[in-house]
Amino acid sequence: MADALLEVRGLSRRFAAVDALKEVDFSVAAGEVHALIGPNGAGKTTFIHHVSGALQPDSGSVRFAGRDITRLSMHERVRAGMARSYQITNVFLGLSARDNVALAVQGRADAGTSFRFWRPVAAEAALFAEAVDWLTQVGLAGKAEAVAGSLSHGEQRALEVAMALATKPQLLLLDEPMAGTGPEESARMVELIEHLARHVTILLVEHDMDAVFRLADRISVLVNGQMICTGTPDEVKADAGVRRAYLGDHL
Amino acid sequence: MTQLILEQALNGLQFGLMLFLLAAGLTLVFGIMDCINLAHGSLYMVGAYFVAAAAQVADSFWVGLGAGVAGAALLGLLLEVSLFRRLYQRDHLAQVLATFALILIANEAVRAIWGPAAIMFNPPEALAGPVEFPLPHGAFFYPAYRLVIIAVGLAVAALLYLLVARSRVGMWVRAGAANREMTEALGINVRALFTAVFVFGAALCALAGGLLGPLLAVQVGMGESVLILAFVVIIIGGIGSIRGALVGSLIVGTVDTLGRALLPALLRATLPADAAATLGPALASILIYLLMAGILFFRPQGLFPARA
Amino acid sequence: MAFYRPARWQRPATLAGLVALVALPAALTALGQEFYIGFATRVLIFALAASSLNLVLGFGGMVSLGHAAFFGIGAYTAAICQQAGINEALFAFPAAMAAAGLFALLVGSVSLRTRGVYFIMITLAFAQMVFYLFVSARAWGGDDGLPLAGRMTLAGFSLAGDSALFFASLAALTAALLAFGRLAQARFGRTLQAIRENETRMEALGYPVFRYRLVAFALGGAVAGLAGALLANLTGLASPNLLQWTQSGTLLVMVIIGGVGALYGGVVGAAVLLGLEEVLVGFTEHWHIVLGLLLLGIVLFAPRGVAALFGERRG
Repeated sequence: MADALLEVRGLSRRFAAVDALKEVDFSVAAGEVHALIGPNGAGKTTFIHHVSGALQPDSGSVRFAGRDITRLSMHERVRAGMARSYQITNVFLGLSARDNVALAVQGRADAGTSFRFWRPVAAEAALFAEAVDWLTQVGLAGKAEAVAGSLSHGEQRALEVAMALATKPQLLLLDEPMAGTGPEESARMVELIEHLARHVTILLVEHDMDAVFRLADRISVLVNGQMICTGTPDEVKADAGVRRAYLGDHL
Repeated sequence: MTQLILEQALNGLQFGLMLFLLAAGLTLVFGIMDCINLAHGSLYMVGAYFVAAAAQVADSFWVGLGAGVAGAALLGLLLEVSLFRRLYQRDHLAQVLATFALILIANEAVRAIWGPAAIMFNPPEALAGPVEFPLPHGAFFYPAYRLVIIAVGLAVAALLYLLVARSRVGMWVRAGAANREMTEALGINVRALFTAVFVFGAALCALAGGLLGPLLAVQVGMGESVLILAFVVIIIGGIGSIRGALVGSLIVGTVDTLGRALLPALLRATLPADAAATLGPALASILIYLLMAGILFFRPQGLFPARA
Repeated sequence: MAFYRPARWQRPATLAGLVALVALPAALTALGQEFYIGFATRVLIFALAASSLNLVLGFGGMVSLGHAAFFGIGAYTAAICQQAGINEALFAFPAAMAAAGLFALLVGSVSLRTRGVYFIMITLAFAQMVFYLFVSARAWGGDDGLPLAGRMTLAGFSLAGDSALFFASLAALTAALLAFGRLAQARFGRTLQAIRENETRMEALGYPVFRYRLVAFALGGAVAGLAGALLANLTGLASPNLLQWTQSGTLLVMVIIGGVGALYGGVVGAAVLLGLEEVLVGFTEHWHIVLGLLLLGIVLFAPRGVAALFGERRG
């Protein structure tokens, strides 16, 4: 694909004697919502770690926005325009929602250096105004002052997304954004992702198949560390290999 | 020259093996419970005092050694049950503070009981003399007592290896070091296991302290410098790894001993006299730290990391 | 966690404390207790050293057990400067800060690649290396340390009088605390505190975590170097004792007693510990046992330190 935003080629990684990832080829086109599914233990999280830079592959390459990022560290990839949310809620529980997002804004390259030692952040109104904008985007406008630890689980997940968005990514990695949320909150999260998809390319890892088939433009299926199929939702549903690997599990 | 190198190499081996006795217990405590214990060196010091005192009372080195090691094991048990158990779940800072406090108490208590002067005590009569090795270029003499230390060190190392690598308890210990939660979930009583490891570590400390007692002065503060060397060993070897502790100990023991013995001479041969005189001792004394920094730079987890 | 923010009483209390301290030398002289000016100076200097460790430990979350190295390097740099004919503190003190800071940069660049127990042991080992280096360096006095011929001058004024050195130390401590208080609320300090809480998250927000930690570590080292240079002036000696690892432990104890991550933690801790020593030594020569038991009590029953008893908000 010519306009692939993320292009993974021949990615392999072994842990001890186990092939966690075997020669994985994978690409996300600019502008699409691309879902990654697979049974538990298929290697989805390991794969996402390799994309985000938390882990380094034994072989293979990762290209992002036309640039080889295989050996870049996590923070360098974030600076290059790739943001992630975590499977387990990972926000600063003792800080207000606004402070959480303000940290994300402050970390961005265009927000200036954080090697500033004298001027209190409290005086940087622009930082906080922008943080509130992002909170509004995810439906948390009314919760800006609330301490993150006091938010509901669904709200914390939304806050997580707001922090990822505030890094102004070209690609948003959402690692099971629906995990542990109730049906109502899930529905709200699906709406949020639909809304975000208009602005940013999304790589979605999710177990909730209703959400995946509703949101995804394309779906890739990872089984036992191998990418066995990539296609539109209908193609994936019809794929014999996917049915074999998956049937009885979710589909 | 050959004689000197041979002698220093044996000294290095002996030193390394004694370091191993200290580092083995320490690396398991760090590895399994993720707990830092600065007072490990105090167990070594107190153990040496126990052995010296018991040897004096019993008028026998070996009886003293046995009694001293048993006493230190008992002290280890008391400490583990009364204090360390409450520290495992705390952060490293609390562990540092508590064990630092233990060092202050131990040093001062020893000073109060045995006085500030160093205690000298003798190796067993039978081992007081040197042993002669016929070599092609003339006989080589080496103190019998030091040979015994090497033998004991090798025996304990072999025993530990068998214990950790081959026995069921050893399997639990290794499993505990690699993944504590999982080991607990599998129904292993990590708490009891750890008490055992801690007590065993304390006994090994006292064994090292008692054996080295006749060679060094038994004195207040002897635990701290050796503690830091044991840290260097663990850093080099990798936390939680017995194999790493053994390799690290031998590296540190020989490099330090040989460095101190040979480096000044080596520098004298290559540098102007006063540069060598200034640089020699300084360089020799920091050699192992430079080595440590070098190893860390390339392998931040040490040579044999227990956790993958 | 919440970010550090000064409590409401902090500013008036600081001003009151500062006024009291400025009046202290004159008051002690009037009471005929000049001896205690020296003691108070010692407290100020250790407060400075402990505060610099609190930047690293309290705000940065790095449990460094090698801070004495920077403290000692500062003292030796001052003595070496004097030996080389530089008797002006305006040159010697910055030199001490630079030497200590640079060495901290070096130590940090190796040790900050590691975490947890490893980091503690490595900082300790490097500090021990410095100790052995100075003990075996005959040119710098070896075991005996390097004495100063007399106190230095500061901008031409002699620091020979006890009050003069007291005020120089007070100025240094005040400046450092002001800087740390600002820093903690500025971008750098918030970044540092957030890294302390969750470094992976900060990495995932695009922050080069290692660099922030390293800068904080070096900054702490530099300020400890300044404290060392002041102490060398007070005692007239750059002693290897300053480099001993127990000294690192003592600084750590001060920070913990005073409150980890509390701006005044180092000050409170230094005052409490040195005061305690002064009092207890009068009762028993084995005061370390009392101190040890006290510390165990703090660990087990007051984990947030003495400052927590006064309700200061911590970072």
